[in-house]
Amino acid sequence: MTSAEPTYALEISNLKKTFGGLVVTQDVSLAIRPGERRLIIGPNGAGKTTLFNQITGDMRPTSGQVRLFGVNVTQLAPYQRAHLGLSRTYQIITLFDRDTLEHNVTLGLLGLRSSRWQMWRPLSHYDDLSIEARRILDAIGLLHLASHPVSDIAYGEKRRVELAMALAQKPRVLLLDEPLAGLSNAERATVKQLITAIPRETAVVMIEHDMDTALDLAETVTLLNYGRVIVDGERDAVVADPRTREVYLGV
Amino acid sequence: MKWIAAALFAAMLALLPSFAGDFYINLASQIVIAAIFALSLNLLVGFGGMTSLGHASFLGVAAYISALLTSRYGFGHGPAAIVSIVGTTAMAAVFGIIALRASGLGFLMITLALSQVLWGLAYRMSNVTNGDNGIAGLTRPMPFGISLDSAASFYWFALAVGSVAFLMMTTFVSSSFGSSLTGVRDQPRRMAALGFNPWMIRWITFIYAGFWGGVSGLLYVYYNKYIHPTSLSTTSSAEALLGVIAGGSGTLTGPAVGATLVLLLKNYASAYVERWNMLLGLVFLFIVLVMPTGIVPGLSKLLNRRGGPR
Repeated sequence: MTSAEPTYALEISNLKKTFGGLVVTQDVSLAIRPGERRLIIGPNGAGKTTLFNQITGDMRPTSGQVRLFGVNVTQLAPYQRAHLGLSRTYQIITLFDRDTLEHNVTLGLLGLRSSRWQMWRPLSHYDDLSIEARRILDAIGLLHLASHPVSDIAYGEKRRVELAMALAQKPRVLLLDEPLAGLSNAERATVKQLITAIPRETAVVMIEHDMDTALDLAETVTLLNYGRVIVDGERDAVVADPRTREVYLGV
Repeated sequence: MKWIAAALFAAMLALLPSFAGDFYINLASQIVIAAIFALSLNLLVGFGGMTSLGHASFLGVAAYISALLTSRYGFGHGPAAIVSIVGTTAMAAVFGIIALRASGLGFLMITLALSQVLWGLAYRMSNVTNGDNGIAGLTRPMPFGISLDSAASFYWFALAVGSVAFLMMTTFVSSSFGSSLTGVRDQPRRMAALGFNPWMIRWITFIYAGFWGGVSGLLYVYYNKYIHPTSLSTTSSAEALLGVIAGGSGTLTGPAVGATLVLLLKNYASAYVERWNMLLGLVFLFIVLVMPTGIVPGLSKLLNRRGGPR
């Protein structure tokens, strides 16, 4: 981009969101460096997913700012933020059920290419998209299911496709919303490996409840409660903090 | 096997005038026109998930523009056709901006309201549209000096336009833009997060559907040599929607099959059964109960089941 790389990949300042009298995000400020691994924890209803929705633009904050690589994106639509290098996965699996795995990943690739507007040439004629989609499916170990519809595959496999669609975009900031939710121990290990393998150019912000797995992946941790940042900092410091124990770990 | 069947069907369509009488040739022309109209509506309903109850606006307005320009303002058919299609497409662009402020039921109501406005205008502005009397005494164009006045020549003309329409709409939905469209239909939030602009995708599709709706309107007015406000009515929109749903929305051939069914019931069965609407209702009920996804998906499922019991 520009010659002077901005200090932060994602910067949130004084973000506030209210629904009538209900305050779901209260004065949240976060700063995530390029390539950082950030874990966001907090009890149910702490406002974690709401925070993600404001970062992606699905929800407009009541006040405050979201910046991506120094660019103020608070007023931009979700698709515009995607073009600035932001990508996400969903807590509730949001895939194209009737389409094949390859088609799902292809959509992830297509979203950032100008050929998505092209109306004459059949999509199946784009060999480069197909090759790239199959390479990504291979990387998540699902190449053998490439031509199956998503509705045919198991839940744990769908979680991996969620991840693959986001990774296909080679994002600079990746938001993972409970990527381990509902997985067996073996599947957790697989997904954990996939997250570990994400290139260091990508900053990863992850919401996750499974502390055993998630803490290993994180460098920094933010604890949210009642829409407020309670503790924020290096992983070990946050884990050791008495407020974390009180709010979250319940010890 | 599939290709042979398709080739045989195409040959049968092309050779129809050599073995069918004028009544059936004319019926076939009407079917081709209704099929183009239904296919264009299917772009919205089936592939875009935008159920419109006002698609007749485009058919009717294109027909009225052409009728007025040729009968009242002395335009030739060529320029009139161009003005009519460009005008209708521009109208679709404006209607799209209004209707796409909503989705689902809201979208349906806005399209219905806009088409009702046009229908009301066609009825009430009788100094321009001749009101309830309609505009009669129109002529058919003579492309390359060939008269389209015989049933067979008009049928071939309609079939040629219909084939181009079918090919172009098929290409449209199988292109990468078509994938964006079905993606936005199924998971709009995810598509936006992936970098697609859902609104723009829907709007472009709306305009494209309006364009083909306009083309079917031109054929409609050429065929009938007459235009009446009923062409803009909700019944006209609803019949097409019925055809799309009965045939199989979101399939490539379904709307054509559905439109054929509706038209056959309307023109053929009405000669024997006075209340053909009731018959249409019963047939539609039967389809919804037995093949809820439509005739084409229903039949192909049936054939697959018989083909390989594994």
